Amino acid sequence: MTTQTVNQHDAHAHDGHEHHDASGMKLFGFWVYLMSDLVIFGSLFATYAVLMKGTAGGPSGADIFELPLILVSTFLLLFSSFTYGMAVLAMHADRVAQVKGWLVITFLLGAGFIGLEIYEFHHLIAEGFGPDRSAFLSSFFTLVGTHGLHVTFGLIWMLVMIVQLFTKGLNDKTRPRIMCLSLFWHFLDIVWICVFTFVYLMGVL
Amino acid sequence: MFGKLGLDDIPYHEPILVVTAIVMMLGGLAIVGLLTYFKKWKWLWTEWITSIDHKKLGIMYFLVALVMLLRGFSDAIMMRTQQAMAAGGAEGYLPPEHYDQIFTAHGVIMIFFVAMPMVIGLMNLVVPLQIGARDVAFPFMNNLSFWLFVAGVALTMISLLIGEYGKTGWLAYAPLSGIQYSPGVGVDYWIWGLQISGIGTTLTGINFFVTILKMRTKGMTMFRMPVFTWTSLVANVLIIASFPILTATIALLTLDRYLGTHFFTNDMGGNMMMYVNLIWAWGHPEVYILILPAFGVFSEVIATFAKKRLFGYNTMVWATLAIGILSFVVWLHHFFTMGAGANVNAFFGIATMIIAIPTGVKIFNWLFTMYRGRLEFTSPVLWTLGFIITFTIGGMTGVMLAVPGANFVLHNSLFVIAHFHNVIIGGVVFGMLAGLTYWFPKAFGFKLDEKWGKRSFWFWIVGFYLAFMPLYILSFMGAVRRMQSYANPEWQPLMIVAWVGAVCILLGIACTVIQFIVSIRNREKYADITGDPWDARTLEWSTSSPAPFYNFAHLPHVGSIDAFWEAKKEKGMAADKPTQYEDIHMPRNTVAGPVIGLISIAFGFALVWHIWWLVGVSAIGMFVAFMFRVFNDDIDYYVPAAEVERIEREHHKRLEMQA
Repeated sequence: MTTQTVNQHDAHAHDGHEHHDASGMKLFGFWVYLMSDLVIFGSLFATYAVLMKGTAGGPSGADIFELPLILVSTFLLLFSSFTYGMAVLAMHADRVAQVKGWLVITFLLGAGFIGLEIYEFHHLIAEGFGPDRSAFLSSFFTLVGTHGLHVTFGLIWMLVMIVQLFTKGLNDKTRPRIMCLSLFWHFLDIVWICVFTFVYLMGVL
Repeated sequence: MFGKLGLDDIPYHEPILVVTAIVMMLGGLAIVGLLTYFKKWKWLWTEWITSIDHKKLGIMYFLVALVMLLRGFSDAIMMRTQQAMAAGGAEGYLPPEHYDQIFTAHGVIMIFFVAMPMVIGLMNLVVPLQIGARDVAFPFMNNLSFWLFVAGVALTMISLLIGEYGKTGWLAYAPLSGIQYSPGVGVDYWIWGLQISGIGTTLTGINFFVTILKMRTKGMTMFRMPVFTWTSLVANVLIIASFPILTATIALLTLDRYLGTHFFTNDMGGNMMMYVNLIWAWGHPEVYILILPAFGVFSEVIATFAKKRLFGYNTMVWATLAIGILSFVVWLHHFFTMGAGANVNAFFGIATMIIAIPTGVKIFNWLFTMYRGRLEFTSPVLWTLGFIITFTIGGMTGVMLAVPGANFVLHNSLFVIAHFHNVIIGGVVFGMLAGLTYWFPKAFGFKLDEKWGKRSFWFWIVGFYLAFMPLYILSFMGAVRRMQSYANPEWQPLMIVAWVGAVCILLGIACTVIQFIVSIRNREKYADITGDPWDARTLEWSTSSPAPFYNFAHLPHVGSIDAFWEAKKEKGMAADKPTQYEDIHMPRNTVAGPVIGLISIAFGFALVWHIWWLVGVSAIGMFVAFMFRVFNDDIDYYVPAAEVERIEREHHKRLEMQA
C-alpha cells in the first residue's frame, strides 16, 4: 500500500493549485506552535520576576548559582545548535550518513546539558534548597525545569528522527520533521539565553 | 494500587447523585444497546470516531456541547431553586458543600464544555467551506483536539460519580484552591479536565490559524473572506496567544498542590494575586474567543436574510481586530479591588470602556444592513434581533462595571452575574443557536423546523429577562454571588421571579429538543436539494447539502466579497455542470486520535487519585499511540475522478428532478 501511495503521489506531484504545499504548511504551523510555547515561557518568566524576591528567609540566587557550571552547560547547548545546523546543511545536500552523524553529536551535547541540569537540581535539593523551600526556588525550578523538559522532549524526538533516518531515509515525511526539530532546537537555545541572562547572570549581580 | 481512591469516595449516600448516576447509566446502556441492536458499532467507528472530516468533527463538537448544555443547565436550575427556597433562615435542599460544587461545575461546564465546543464546532463545520478548502491544515490534529476535549468532558463527568468537584468557583482562585484549603480531589478534577481539553483547544487554534492563512481558494484575499471566517481567525489568534497562559497557570497550581511549591500560597513568599492576574490574562481574551465568532454568525445571518451585502465590511473587520487586540489589555478590570492603585485602575477602566467603541461600530453595521433590506423573520433572524437588544444592555452594564469606583460597590455582587450572563446568553448562546439553525442544512441536508425554533427563541428570551433582570435589582439590595442561603427575606420574591425565568429557559431548551425530533421526522419535507436553502452569499452554499466529504469537486474561484451571490445573480443558480473531474487528494481516517484521547482520560484520572503506576502506563500508552501515527506513512489517498463524478452526478440529478 505504501509504495502505491508514493507512486500515486508522484503522479500527482504537479497537479497545480489544488495541491497545497504540505511541508511549507507544516513549518508555518510549527512556527505558530513555537510562538504559543513562547507564551508559556513568558508566563513563567513573569512569575519568576514577581516571585524572585520571595526567598522566605532561604537562599537567594546569588547564594546558590554556580556560574562556571552554568557556563559549561550554556556552551554545550549553544554548540549543539551549531551541530544541528550542520545536520540541516547535510540534509540539504542529501548526505544521509552525515545527517545521522550530526544528529548523534547534537544528541550527546543535549544529553550533556540535561545531565548537568540534573546534577545542579540534585545538588540544590540535597542541600535543602528544593522547590518547596520558598517561592523564589519554586519559580526557579519551574522555569529552568520547563526548559529542561523541553530539551528532553527534543532529545526523544531526535532519537525518533535518527531511527526514521535508518528506516525511511530522507523523504517528504522526514525532511519537514527534521526542519521542525531544527526550529524547536534553536528556539530552546534562545529561551536558554534568556534564562541564562535573566535568571543566572542577573541573579548573581 | 488505587492511590487515594477508596469506596468512601463513591457518593452513594447522596440521593441526588445516586439518581443522576442511575439516569446516566441507563442512558449509556440505552445508547450501547441501540448501537448493538442496529449493528452500528462499525459505522460509528469508521464514519465518526476516527473521522478527520472537519464537518463531522464540527457536528460531534456540537453534539457534545448540547449534551453538556443539559448538564450545565441542570446545575443552573438547581441553584435557582435553592436560592428561591433558602431565604430568611431556611436552608433549602442543597447543603453548602454540594451547592459550592454545583456553581463551580456550572461555570466550568458552560464555558469550557458548552460555549467553547459550540464555537469550535461551528468553525469546524463552516470555515473550510467558506474559504473554499477541502479540509483543515492538519486533519489528524483536528481529530486529536476533539478527543482531548472529550477527555476533559469525561473527567468532569466522572467527578460527579467518583469523588467530588471543586468548591472554588469556576476559576479556582488561589489560595482557596491550594492544597491547604481544598485538600480533596475536586480541584484536581478541575485541573486535569481543563489542562487536557485546553491543550486540545490550543492545537485547534494553531490548526485553524494556519488553515485560514494558507488554504484559501484562488482569488480569496484576506479582505474577501466572509466575516465569520474573519472573526474565527481573530478568535484563533486569541486562542494561540492566551491558552498557553492557562496551561502555565494551571501547571503552577498543580505544582503547588502536588509538589508543595509556593507560587500561590499565603506563606513562604507565595503571591496569590499572581494567580488571579495570570488566570485573567487568559480569561479575558477567552470571553472574546467566544463572542467574536458569534458576531461572525450574526453578520452572515443578517446579510443573508436582509438580502443585502453586509454594511461596512471593512469596519467590521477592523472592529474585530481592534477588539482582539484590546482584549489583552483589560484583564485587571476583573479585580479592581486588588488595590493596584488609582492610576493602574484608571488605565484598565478606560481600556475596557474603549472596547465599547468597536463593538458599537458592529452594532450599527448590523442595524444599517437591516435598514432598507428585505428582512425575512426566520428564527436565525429572531436570535439576531434578540442578541442586538440584549447584548447592548449587557454591554452597557459592562461599561458600568468598568468604572473602578462603581466596581468597588458592585464587585462580587449579583450585578456581575447578571452582566456576564447578559452578554454570554444574549451574545454567545443566541449566536450559536442562530448558527446552528442557519448551518444545520449544510451539515445534514435538511432544514430545522421553524415553528419550534421560534418557540424556543421566545422562551429563551423571555426566560433570560425574567431570570437575570431581577439579579441586577437584587445586587443593589446587597445580594452577593455564590450564596447557598441568605438572611434577608425581602430578596425572596425576586429570587422566585428568577426561578420562573430559569423554568422558561428550560422550556426553550425543550423546544429545541422537540425541534430536532420534528425536523428529523419531516426531513423529506424540509430537504435542502439545492445546497443553498436561504439564497445565501458565501461559498459554503455553493456545494451540495450535506457537503460531500471532499467539499468541492472543483475549488471555486473568488473575485470579490460575496462572489457566490454575484455569480448566482449573473448566471443563475450554478447549473453549469463541469464536464471533467479530477482525482482529489484527501487524508485518511486516524485511529491514533481517539486512542490518545481515551488513554488521556485514564492519565487524568490516575493523576487526580495519585495512582502513579497508571500515570506511567497511560503516559507510555499515549506515546506509543503517537509513535504508531508517526511511523505510519499511509495517511492520505486519492479519491478517483470517477468517484467524484458519480457523487456530483447524483447531486445534479436531484437538482434537475426538483427543477
